[in-house]
Amino acid sequence: MSNPKELRYSKEHEWLSAAADGVSAVGITEHAANALGDVVYVELPEVGATVTAGETCGELESTKSVSELYSPVTGEVVEANQDVVDDPSLVNSAPFEGGWLFKVRVSEEQQDLMSADEYTEFSGS
Amino acid sequence: MSQSVSPRLTALDALHRSLGATMTDFAGWDMPLRYGSERDEHNAVRTAAGLFDLSHMGEITVTGVQAADLLDHALVGNMGSIKPGRARYTMICRADGGILDDLIVYRLEADTYLVVANASNAQTVLDALTERAAGFDAEVRDDRDAYALLAVQGPHSPAILKAVTDADLDGLKYYAGLPGTVAGAPALIARTGYTGEDGFELFIKPEHAEQVWQALTEAGQEYGLVPAGLSCRDTLRLEAGMPLYGHELSTGLTPFDAGLGRVVKFEKAADFVGRAALEAAAERAEQNPPRKLVGLIAEGRRVPRASMAVVADGEVIGEITSGAPSPTLGKPIAMAYVDAAHAEPGPASSTGVCVDIRGSHEPYEVVALPFYQRQK
Repeated sequence: MSNPKELRYSKEHEWLSAAADGVSAVGITEHAANALGDVVYVELPEVGATVTAGETCGELESTKSVSELYSPVTGEVVEANQDVVDDPSLVNSAPFEGGWLFKVRVSEEQQDLMSADEYTEFSGS
Repeated sequence: MSQSVSPRLTALDALHRSLGATMTDFAGWDMPLRYGSERDEHNAVRTAAGLFDLSHMGEITVTGVQAADLLDHALVGNMGSIKPGRARYTMICRADGGILDDLIVYRLEADTYLVVANASNAQTVLDALTERAAGFDAEVRDDRDAYALLAVQGPHSPAILKAVTDADLDGLKYYAGLPGTVAGAPALIARTGYTGEDGFELFIKPEHAEQVWQALTEAGQEYGLVPAGLSCRDTLRLEAGMPLYGHELSTGLTPFDAGLGRVVKFEKAADFVGRAALEAAAERAEQNPPRKLVGLIAEGRRVPRASMAVVADGEVIGEITSGAPSPTLGKPIAMAYVDAAHAEPGPASSTGVCVDIRGSHEPYEVVALPFYQRQK
């Protein structure tokens, strides 16, 4: 698998897109999606909520386990991906595209986000 | 005492890795959890066929002129009444009635039985049988390393297996086993499984595991057979309402507590281990059952997991033993022990039954088990 160069990555295996008009998309990486297995339930932060970098803001549930969703940035949630709520398998089939989770108006980023190459080395895939 | 902590590998370990399996530790064995999507594997077993490596299961052979007497003493079922070539689901209990393990026992010949224990309990069962064999003219043999175990499960499994064996599968009934040849390898062919589907379990020598696996894979291609891991095995057995040791069964429960009192055969002549305690347990279950095993179906989408509390009107009334998203129902399901007063089937709107999922009380419908039964 390859991690898109234009994204940046957290140690919690979230990705963050480059900001457009101050808004970035957040998702989980393909590595994380593969480790989870089939995602069956996604709980996302609500539009208007404030998420904080490094803190939990939702959850992802798969056949075997549940894992917390961490926000790689601080800011206000401006959109939650309803498609992924309706069809959580998008997280597995298109983690970097249609499986994005929420969009946030960034006020502050996590300090230690990684480049694609750094994340590939960090995650081993 | 020093013990190696490296996991045990099945004869098919390299093959699983070449198929890209995600591996997991299960009772000290490195086993395939899934090869791709566990939901696809689950659905393949329900609609076509799946191929499992179950070589972690614990095989114990009991032989001798008093093999039947030993097993009638050691287990709760009537083992002497099994006809050669047939199998039975049974349990081994402690003197206090607590379940040590649930077992499938195959009577291979009049004086030869194959006892199949759960991987996690194989040593316990072996030790208990060995101890209980004292005074009987019978031998208990650890055959864990003598067998690899493959299972082909699903509606197309008879057609697939027929392509690689001359054995009379049409004459092989559910819970029966016969010796035969599969893909050139000698095998005990059993019509058993843990998925709720028709299927077969093949006990073969480890050195034949790869050739049998490959032959089944090839024969299964046109039928949609896929390799299937332990993850889908768990959701398949959960939908079928089949108990799993360590979840629905434990030493703290008797077969009657687990709703499986039918496996205890008081009518047999032998004075078996646990008889007195189980007679008391049977009476208790009849008159004043503490808790009952029920099925729960989610009205929402959050998934219940083992050990979560079941609540009603703010009170804890039970505990989840197994839970997972059900691919067949398209909803989360669970098995749970709940207070007898709350065991009647009904929707959450009338029963008030919820599962405490990380602090949030999610409504659940109470149903009778199983969740899924195949059309015969």
